[in-house]
Amino acid sequence: MPPISSILSFIFGRLTLNELPLDEPIVVWTFVVVAAGGIVVVGALTWFKLWGYLWKEWFTTVDHKRIGIMYMILGLVMLLRGFSDAILMRLQQAMAFGGSEGYLPAHHYDQVFTAHGVIMIFFVAMPFVTGLMNFVVPLQIGARDVSFPFLNNFSFWMTVGGAVIVMMSLFVGEFARTGWLAYPPLSDKVYSPDPGVDYYIWALQVAGVGTTLSGINLIATIIKMRAPGMALMKMPVFTWTALCTNILIVAAFPVLTAVLTLLMLDRYVGTNFFTNGLGGNPMMYINLIWIWGHPEVYILILPAFGIYSEVVPTFTGKRLFGYTSMVYATLVITILSYLVWLHHFFTMGSGASVNSFFGITTMIISIPTGAKIFNWLFTMFRGRIRFELPMMWTVAFMITFIIGGMTGVLLAVPPADFVLHNSLFLVAHFHNVIIGGVLFGMFAGINYWFPKAFGFRLDPFWGKISFWFWVVGFYLAFMPLYVLGLMGVTRRLRVFDDPSLQIWFVIAGVGAALIAVGILATLVQFAVSILNREKLRDTTGDPWNGRTLEWSTSSPPPEYNFAFTPIVHERDAWWDMKARGHTRPLTGFRPIHMPSNTGSGIILAGCATAFGVAMIWYMWWLAVLSFAALLVVAIAHTFNYKRDFDIPAEEVAHTEDARTAALATGG
Amino acid sequence: MAKRTSTRRTPPAAAATAAPTPAGPVFYELDEHPHPEGSSTMLGFWMYLMSDCLIFAMLFATFGVLGGNYAAGPGPKDLFELPVVAVNTAALLFSSITYGFAVLAMQRKLVARTQLWLLVTAFFGLCFLAIELNEFAHMIAEGAGPQRSAFLSSFFTLVGTHGLHVTFGLIWMVTLMVQVARFGLTSANQRRLMCLSMFWHFLDVIWIGVFTFVYLMGMLR
Repeated sequence: MPPISSILSFIFGRLTLNELPLDEPIVVWTFVVVAAGGIVVVGALTWFKLWGYLWKEWFTTVDHKRIGIMYMILGLVMLLRGFSDAILMRLQQAMAFGGSEGYLPAHHYDQVFTAHGVIMIFFVAMPFVTGLMNFVVPLQIGARDVSFPFLNNFSFWMTVGGAVIVMMSLFVGEFARTGWLAYPPLSDKVYSPDPGVDYYIWALQVAGVGTTLSGINLIATIIKMRAPGMALMKMPVFTWTALCTNILIVAAFPVLTAVLTLLMLDRYVGTNFFTNGLGGNPMMYINLIWIWGHPEVYILILPAFGIYSEVVPTFTGKRLFGYTSMVYATLVITILSYLVWLHHFFTMGSGASVNSFFGITTMIISIPTGAKIFNWLFTMFRGRIRFELPMMWTVAFMITFIIGGMTGVLLAVPPADFVLHNSLFLVAHFHNVIIGGVLFGMFAGINYWFPKAFGFRLDPFWGKISFWFWVVGFYLAFMPLYVLGLMGVTRRLRVFDDPSLQIWFVIAGVGAALIAVGILATLVQFAVSILNREKLRDTTGDPWNGRTLEWSTSSPPPEYNFAFTPIVHERDAWWDMKARGHTRPLTGFRPIHMPSNTGSGIILAGCATAFGVAMIWYMWWLAVLSFAALLVVAIAHTFNYKRDFDIPAEEVAHTEDARTAALATGG
Repeated sequence: MAKRTSTRRTPPAAAATAAPTPAGPVFYELDEHPHPEGSSTMLGFWMYLMSDCLIFAMLFATFGVLGGNYAAGPGPKDLFELPVVAVNTAALLFSSITYGFAVLAMQRKLVARTQLWLLVTAFFGLCFLAIELNEFAHMIAEGAGPQRSAFLSSFFTLVGTHGLHVTFGLIWMVTLMVQVARFGLTSANQRRLMCLSMFWHFLDVIWIGVFTFVYLMGMLR
């Protein structure tokens, strides 16, 4: 009989009790709090017998609206995790002066900044963007669902699977200590033998499959499922930006998949792609990952631009200025985003000509982006602006993003970049554009479409509290980093010698604290709005006097979105319908063909997540088992040919009659 | 609370329920028929193939950059045997032709003939895989495994990824043969056969790239 240790190592791979970070009180306490919270949630769901409801109505749903909402919840939860990492870093950097080591050991600090970047990009920004596109696009184009509803469910659960793997690394083993892009040779087996980088690789591989598939899904939806009459140049601008973003996703994420696979082979098989010896070339990795990475930032920002393009016309009561130029600007940005990747490492030493090329292409991007800013400004010009929350976030964006854009152009000048490369100036720049551009856009979008999703508006008072704390907090937190960067402070430092720098870090810390209040206020805003939902109720389905088709149906929309498919004649189709006096048909409903729910998506994603975890810990038996299960479940799913059903005409009539009554009473 | 009523501009809310002008435009499709099932599938699958194509593009690029880094180890001339690769290539190209015959039979609704040609295709696919695995085994036995140099790392990864795709294509093909046997050439199964057809021809195109850039040009290096 083999010794017990070899049995254990067969079952658990390289996972041992020593991998649990019991010696780090911060992690232990976090675990205690998270576990307690988890037990409360699970207990409550069990007590109120909600598991069946969740499984039937949400986990297995193929309804794009519910999947969109679940993406938003995922993004919000992960925002809390990513932000607590940010607070940890700000505290550490504000403290670690004058011989103080701060409170985070290097081993932990390096994981914190890596996890912060990975989580904020992949599991906060991406779910927010994908969630909003999922929810809004089919409604805006007058469709009843996406092209591949099952795939949509599967994509969502793969994203969750990636998030689960990242969260697991907090309590079991450790996360990568390499920075958010895991550059080799540091991320090679030789320098990072622990499972941290493997957590990184498998989390992103699992989530990346979901992202790529949801990109394909939404492109097919936009190309194939637009309402009759909606020519490409009559699509709402948000749908246009969603189309471009998803094209970028499909054209960029396979690159990430490929490059992470190569890194994985280096670590697991011992190949020599990015090693220092035997012909490997680490700069190859850095080139490849930025060929994905630069389009990625446009994947995030384009939908935000789309949101602003919906919000500005709605709240100024005018049609969008320069629709055509807006569309072409989006397309130009889409193409140019592939021609700038090298500006992330001008210091590689590729020579003056190459650096000039990439510097110039980078600067050219500011032209279409600037055109967009002017379009929004001209839309607002002489409009009757209603400063509701979405509009407030938009104005904050325009001011903040211009600053971020200008520092970006500064960084695009190669000689300047040689000074500022890897400095806090760069950190300030990308937070400036990602918070001021993407996140503000998401908040604008959440406040704008929340009434569509749930039938009541978000509380404006707490929304404004959140807004002001966020905006002021942002400036306090990141403007000092520009100063520090210009003074030559590099990123990812844990302790400092020069005491004159401390004040800037303290200011940045205060800014982060204000942002914390802003996030808290957002949560309060949700709670207060749910409590006061009757007072905030919107029965019209069109609370903002909107312009696009999603406002033509009820809030929340019925499962089938539209009882009758709308016919589009103009841009701003719903505005046109209102202006020309449409009548909502009250009779003659027909059965509506809809896709059925399925549990295959969550089961497949569960198998994929188990496979990732097994690979991280070298539990080969589980890897083989979960991979086999993945294949078997996928094949079994293809044997199910009956994937749809009809909503009977009576049920449609019943739903629509209720809406007619609500419209008559609420107006 | 939003003060929307006071700030509303035209059109007023009442317009939403106002009667249309007599010859007004039609805003709703009243006589609607469900879309044919799977009408987006071909487009969606095509996009998947293009995303897969990008993965191969990255592997080709990596081979292009690192393919000359032998690290004092064996190079293409020491390792490749073109006659074997020629047989291999022929097997895969034939399998594409036979898949084409399967599709022709499918379009004429001939179940048995479709199955027969799929079987022949699978046979050629298996031959291809067997020869490739044999080649890999020989190279590894000679000490020219993927760990030996960046050239060999990128060679094994590029060719191996293609082989992995062929393997999944074969699993898919067997699944489809079972489904055609059980459910016949239904429209869903025809659509699936067309998707696999695109996949299979795509792998052929990739292989032509591998054959040219890896093997033929490798011998010229």
